[in-house]
Amino acid sequence: MNFHLVLFLAFGAVCVGGAINLLAQRHPINSALSLIAVMAALAGEYLLLGAEFVAAVQVIVYAGAIMVLFVFVIMLLNAGEEEHTNGSRVAILLGVPGMLTGSVLMAWVMLRHSGTESVPIGALPGHPKDIAQLLFHDFLLPFEVTSVLILIAIMGAVVLASQPESAAGKVD
Amino acid sequence: MVPSYVPLSYYLLLSGFLFACGVVGFLIKRNIITIFVSIELMLNGVNLSFVAFAAHWHALAGQVFVFFVMVVAAAEAAVGLAIIIAVYRTRETLNVDQVNLLKL
Repeated sequence: MNFHLVLFLAFGAVCVGGAINLLAQRHPINSALSLIAVMAALAGEYLLLGAEFVAAVQVIVYAGAIMVLFVFVIMLLNAGEEEHTNGSRVAILLGVPGMLTGSVLMAWVMLRHSGTESVPIGALPGHPKDIAQLLFHDFLLPFEVTSVLILIAIMGAVVLASQPESAAGKVD
Repeated sequence: MVPSYVPLSYYLLLSGFLFACGVVGFLIKRNIITIFVSIELMLNGVNLSFVAFAAHWHALAGQVFVFFVMVVAAAEAAVGLAIIIAVYRTRETLNVDQVNLLKL
């Protein structure tokens, strides 16, 4: 058993535990915090795959910025424990067996058809310089389009979350 | 650097497991914020298979796709959470079973 496999298994165990904990917890803040654990462990997996840039962005943007947004909204809305209703029982009865079947099928197909070739670390030039070369050369148009997307998303979020005219007047 | 020998299928299995957990959470959770968290879990599972395939095929474009997925996820989180705030302001609930105005 080599060192990378041990690291993979350790990070993978954190990922699996966090994902199961996300499902088991009833309070949204616990789910969000276990998702942060999953993301941090995934950053470790990216490092094992030689993707340093993606690992850094995963920690800074995903586990940092996006999850702060989630936690902030949970605190802002004072979200409590969820209550179960008829709909959720039907969803558990149908959803869990369906997803178990689906994931077993997926695992079987992957193990059968993908072979066991290795992923060599360091063989891939995951250097930020090479990423930038791709991003600002081959993918320049999608990059600019995503900046427009982000701009539209910011404006949409401001419009949606801002107080209506009458309510805003009352506050002042 | 010393090459590591973790089979590609292990990464794909982990990625598939995370995606499956996201789908299960999306189906069984009734709090709208937890449903959003489950969507993020699905996106993370897909990102892992992107990076694993990028390393396997020596194609750096896979990592750029992960970057784009993160951008879309950020936009989706910003707009979605704003919608959640707007819904909470009008309906006073986060339970998706009680947001049923379109139902007869």
